[in-house]
Amino acid sequence: MKKLQKNLNNQKETGIYSNEVMRHFQHPHNIGEIKNPDGVGKVGNILCGDVMWLYIKVGKDKKGREIIKDIKFKTYGCVAAIATSSIITDLVKGKTLKEAMGINKEKIVNSLGGLPPVKIHCSVLAVDALCEAIYDYLKKQKREIPQDLQKIHQRIEKEKKIIEEKYKDWIQVEEDSIKELKN
Amino acid sequence: MKNSNKNKIIYLDYAATTPVDPRVLRAMLPYFSEKFGNTMSLHSVGRQARLALEKSREKIASIIGAESKEVIFTGSATESNNLALKGIAFANKNRGRHIIISPIEHPCIIESAKWLEKQGFKITKLKVDKYGLVDPRDVEKSITKDTILVSIIHASNEIGTIEPIEEIGRVIEKFNLKNPNSKIYFHTDAAQTFGKIPINVQKLKVDLLTASSHKIYGPKGAAILYIKEGTKIEPILHGGEQEMGIRSSTINVPAIVGFARAAEICQKEMDRESKRLSKLRDILIDGILKSVPNSFLNGHPQKRLPNNINFSFDFVEGESIAIQLDLLGICVSTGSACSSAKLEPSYVLLALGFAPQRAHSSLRLSLGRKTTRKDIDYVLKILPEIIKNLRKISPF
Repeated sequence: MKKLQKNLNNQKETGIYSNEVMRHFQHPHNIGEIKNPDGVGKVGNILCGDVMWLYIKVGKDKKGREIIKDIKFKTYGCVAAIATSSIITDLVKGKTLKEAMGINKEKIVNSLGGLPPVKIHCSVLAVDALCEAIYDYLKKQKREIPQDLQKIHQRIEKEKKIIEEKYKDWIQVEEDSIKELKN
Repeated sequence: MKNSNKNKIIYLDYAATTPVDPRVLRAMLPYFSEKFGNTMSLHSVGRQARLALEKSREKIASIIGAESKEVIFTGSATESNNLALKGIAFANKNRGRHIIISPIEHPCIIESAKWLEKQGFKITKLKVDKYGLVDPRDVEKSITKDTILVSIIHASNEIGTIEPIEEIGRVIEKFNLKNPNSKIYFHTDAAQTFGKIPINVQKLKVDLLTASSHKIYGPKGAAILYIKEGTKIEPILHGGEQEMGIRSSTINVPAIVGFARAAEICQKEMDRESKRLSKLRDILIDGILKSVPNSFLNGHPQKRLPNNINFSFDFVEGESIAIQLDLLGICVSTGSACSSAKLEPSYVLLALGFAPQRAHSSLRLSLGRKTTRKDIDYVLKILPEIIKNLRKISPF
């Protein structure tokens, strides 16, 4: 309850976004790409207004556990999409893969001091991007993929298909216009 | 990026609303506590209020080339548009049930039409070209024996394109002359044009016209619906029979007095102000096109409101640009102010045939009385850098 109150107060200060969201939006952390990444997660669709790409490099800590050694992002989207991308890189950098997979949308929303209800989906997108990056890493390593991660991956694939179906005319238009530009 | 403009807010959202002109405020003040009467009262205090109301009506009627009795005051352009659509639909449903609108109307028209559709009316949404223009020939083709109303926005609140209302009016007039047994009414929502470009209801050949106070430096809470004499219309508010029985409600005299004064001032200053704004608008448009790669002007390059600028920027999202500008003291909108709480891309830009990402990346800047060349130069200094920084984050 206290936390909720704090979130509300924060939103009062700056309008629709909390101060923490605005801080990350103005100065996002870990922007960019990683050359030869160990895993990449690409989620969202430009047609819906949000696209997030997360790149991870996996290393080992002193105890020999796999950790996220480096993480970078590229995002197309609103203030919330950029802020959630930035905070998730902060939250998982240096963490073990297991810890990273434990990050959920509530953790992201709370770390940002709240998000407007219509923007909660941005936090889901950030979690999805991270899961996809770890999925990609494990798959490339030909390792067993935990059931939770498998489920998330299947849901994302399914959503992708629905969006492609919904916007199939537009995807064609886009491809045509890109071809036109190239000619 | 440093905010070198710390002490000043540059307001470029005049299409959303405008500040009340001090001259307007002065005209309104006596009508709050001193001449506070109810226009329906028989006594002297009531008469005072009634006099102010009728004088205001005369002023606005003469500006649009109408008779006083043809002007009804309402509380908002949304209300006027609801009254126009629902009032005409219900009064004429025995003759026909077909209504034609454009796909780029304000949400209050689109939603009223949707609601009427649920009540058994048939709605045709016309097509527009890539600039948002309605083709009068399309109106002609869409008219049937069942048509009772055509409603086309005078100029888009979002992209600023000015529609060929006069030509559409001629098409409808021709049909009505050929078919004496049917009557198609023609309504235009002039909320964005009234006070900015000349409006004459005879010349435009409209039967109904909506205009609003707060878009022209008047107070919020006053608008008109011009209703041509002889038009069959049902009220949507029933009660004390104010406004010739078409709009019952206690009359908001101070707001209406302010509206009339604001209209008077805009009419007087229109020529000079629209020239000044068009010039600033074109400097800003050319400046953005030159300094921001992959930027596109939305709306018609010439047939557009003197104060409207609407751009799409590839690879960045509109809200992010708007909030960055806000942090540097520049107030603008994504699409229209009404749609910014929603996540859907602008339906207006989608109707123009653009892909959703172009509709997600749009930004509206609307200029007004306080906009100066210095403001425009400041925007041109800041905006390209903001877009560049956001593109650095973007995966595309």
